[in-house]
Amino acid sequence: MLSPYRALDLTDEKGLLCGKILADLGADVIQVEKPEGNPARSIPPFFEDIAGPERSLLWFAFSTGKRSITLNWESEAGKDLFKRLAKTADFIIESFPPGYLERKGLGYEVLTKTNPRLILASITPFGQTGPFKDYKAGDLVASAMGGMVCCTGEPDRAPVRISADLAYCQAGVHAAIGLLIALSHRTATGQGQRVDVSMQASIVRTLHTQLPYWEYGNRIVKRSGIRRFRGGVSTREIWPCKDGFVSWMFFGGAVGTQQMRGMVEWMEGKGMAGSLSAEVQNWATLDLTKVDPEKIKSWEKVIGDFFLSHTKEELYQEALEKRIPLAPLNDMSEVVNDEQLAARDFWVGVDHAELKTNLRYPGFLFLTSEENCLPKVRRRAPFVGEHNSEIYLDDLGLSEAELNSLRRESIV
Amino acid sequence: MYSSLTGTCPAPPERDRWESLPAGRQEGARCERSFLCSHSVRHCVPGKPIRHTQGREFRRARDRTAPPCLPHPNGVGGELQMEKTALEGIKVVDFSWAFAGPFIGAYLGDYGAQVIKVESHSRLDITRVTAPYKDGITGVNRSGCFLVVNNSKYGITLNLRHRRASEIIGKLIAWADVVVENFGAGVMERLGLGYEELRRIKPEMIMLSATIQGQTGPRSTFAGYGWNTVALTGIGNLTGWPDRSPVGTLQAYPDSVVPWFGVVAVLSALEYRRRTGRGQYIDVSQYETTCQFLAPLLLDYAAHHRVAMRAGNRCPYAAPHGVYRCRGEDRWCAISVFTETEWEAFCRVLGSPAWARDERFASLHGKKENEDELDRFVEQWTVNFTPEEVMSLMQQAGVPAGVVKTNKELFEDPQLTDQGFFHRVEHPEIGPCYQQAWPIKLSISPLNIRPAPCLGEHNEYVYTQVLGLSDQEFVEYLDQGVFE
Repeated sequence: MLSPYRALDLTDEKGLLCGKILADLGADVIQVEKPEGNPARSIPPFFEDIAGPERSLLWFAFSTGKRSITLNWESEAGKDLFKRLAKTADFIIESFPPGYLERKGLGYEVLTKTNPRLILASITPFGQTGPFKDYKAGDLVASAMGGMVCCTGEPDRAPVRISADLAYCQAGVHAAIGLLIALSHRTATGQGQRVDVSMQASIVRTLHTQLPYWEYGNRIVKRSGIRRFRGGVSTREIWPCKDGFVSWMFFGGAVGTQQMRGMVEWMEGKGMAGSLSAEVQNWATLDLTKVDPEKIKSWEKVIGDFFLSHTKEELYQEALEKRIPLAPLNDMSEVVNDEQLAARDFWVGVDHAELKTNLRYPGFLFLTSEENCLPKVRRRAPFVGEHNSEIYLDDLGLSEAELNSLRRESIV
Repeated sequence: MYSSLTGTCPAPPERDRWESLPAGRQEGARCERSFLCSHSVRHCVPGKPIRHTQGREFRRARDRTAPPCLPHPNGVGGELQMEKTALEGIKVVDFSWAFAGPFIGAYLGDYGAQVIKVESHSRLDITRVTAPYKDGITGVNRSGCFLVVNNSKYGITLNLRHRRASEIIGKLIAWADVVVENFGAGVMERLGLGYEELRRIKPEMIMLSATIQGQTGPRSTFAGYGWNTVALTGIGNLTGWPDRSPVGTLQAYPDSVVPWFGVVAVLSALEYRRRTGRGQYIDVSQYETTCQFLAPLLLDYAAHHRVAMRAGNRCPYAAPHGVYRCRGEDRWCAISVFTETEWEAFCRVLGSPAWARDERFASLHGKKENEDELDRFVEQWTVNFTPEEVMSLMQQAGVPAGVVKTNKELFEDPQLTDQGFFHRVEHPEIGPCYQQAWPIKLSISPLNIRPAPCLGEHNEYVYTQVLGLSDQEFVEYLDQGVFE
């Protein structure tokens, strides 16, 4: 869908996903790396646990479909080359600290002198302006400052994050959105612009109910373990079963009626509904906010015992039949082997001939009726400078001699 | 404003651009100077007559030269706005509800698209009937949950099951560029609103369906919520302490992920349609889009059959990396030390204590091996300071650290405030309130946030002004309950 467009990707782990999305959508994405390679290449896990620039699974995952060139933009010749490249680009994506490119003489003002159509997305922990703009953050700090950590975890221990660097990915998707909005603007006006992406704000935007709870309810929402305070009432969401955990919540009222009826009938069928059948006559009129929390807990005990006597697969299968919103807490092996994802041909085998392996990657971003638009992994992530020749010689029109001289001077 | 309206291409710089493109990219490059011109750049010369100046294309052009967006019946937006919004002229009909779908229209609407949200009195959007409500008073226009996810939309009510609803739907679809929905798989078809039907009215329609598990496959009928996808994707299991039950996340995290990919999909599809004239049907799943974020862990399983697990706040490639108790009641600060330079700075902030020179903490490997003890040392120091003090001392020394902010503290956060993240708007029923901006700031394209609509707030405006019903027709439909 974006085949006419070219992006230069200067990001490290904080922004790699943006370029990967553009590449999946068909854009020509060139990762511009210093000769020593992108810092994200040193992030584990590594293939077969052997560290090395061509073995990081994080790099594999978020740089698929891109090409790579090396370029030392600290040198004058390197800067000139970068400017020539920028002239051919529609997008630049970077995740340096604010002001870095300006200090290197490669700021937006400089680059747009020769290419006013250029759109530059900058991904940083806190954005390009404001009192915290120079603060540093990884996933954990951004998640804490964005309010997500506060409401995750158990009351008797420290609040926690999700054990994966998701804040980086969020910033990457929003950067892609920003570039596309700016592209739309450019289409109408011919003018490029800057897109300033904040990881902290991307976390805040995931707090759908927490923000209104303060604004409208004066309620500070804190970590509550496996219980959730939603719709004005605290109920349990994560339940142990025979062989793991399932997620399920009960709520009454119009929204919950159908699933609660199904659930109670199911339990009755197994003779395990206990007091539930007798104590709730009409789920549609049940307002949980008016029910004694101890009563809710007693119902949860009955339901919890029912779950404990079943496996998560049994519960999931039956829930699908009965249209009950219940799902197993999968681990990565169960995701990889999931029947639904397999049925949709989600996984893509990507050849890593050099490692003598073929790895299964998450596939399309979405399905589409336009066959040639399918956004999917196109090839493995590039080696450091793998495409130097084709880009410097074919695209920029350098001669072999020029390229060799740049190589000798360690610019490429 | 656009000379293209006279029927000639206004694009002198385009030829230069084309010539500067590498050979492989010349083919297919389209004129970008004019939204009207569908020429290949190769053939794009000033003064050349434009092919599509009739019919629909012409009408679209005329719309583009109209005021930047539909004048808002409350007198906000449109006519007051001077700057050109990025997505003006893009028309979206939004049938979605709850959280995951509506964010798409809100994002597009804030950047200038005209988004009409279609609701009904008989099947209220779940977020309209979810606490918290303004002043604790229940009411369909008073839920903060609805407000947070439906900014900058026009709200209409339409009973999709009414026998005359199809007449209105036909007009809506003819008006729209994009249709967004997130009902269960198959519901739109049963309502007569499947993609094939929509295409009969508007061949270049872009339609997006967002579901938990997609439109096809054995689990496509799964009737669940975003918090179920937390479980399915493995995020549930990845959150909590290794020695205890997983706790999952409070927020239905994938409810955020799917709409962001949805916005990417819609904008890319619009771009593709601009070049080719072709629409498409997009099937986007919470499960699959969230898997994109987890790709390194999924590859780790694919390569090594290793199953990533929840690790509290630890990170395989950094230490210390945790949330540490600080002075005050349940107050915490996150600190993460990734590099040797950061470790040295961290030690200096702590006054270079003797334990920090311990051989066991000399390497990352050593720190990871002895992390429990390391964390105890760190917390012995942090408890003497407020989280703000810890953050400030660490950040001044170049160490990543941040206060564990509560929802309340976010509204007072100096950084978010400085960036104008919380927009004050005036809601017709509940008065002044906040609508959040997005994690992106564009240097030119203005953000134009209007409050989420009341139920059916823009019925008269949309039905008569936008869809062109006469007053008499409007009243007739109204009387017959079509707008229920």
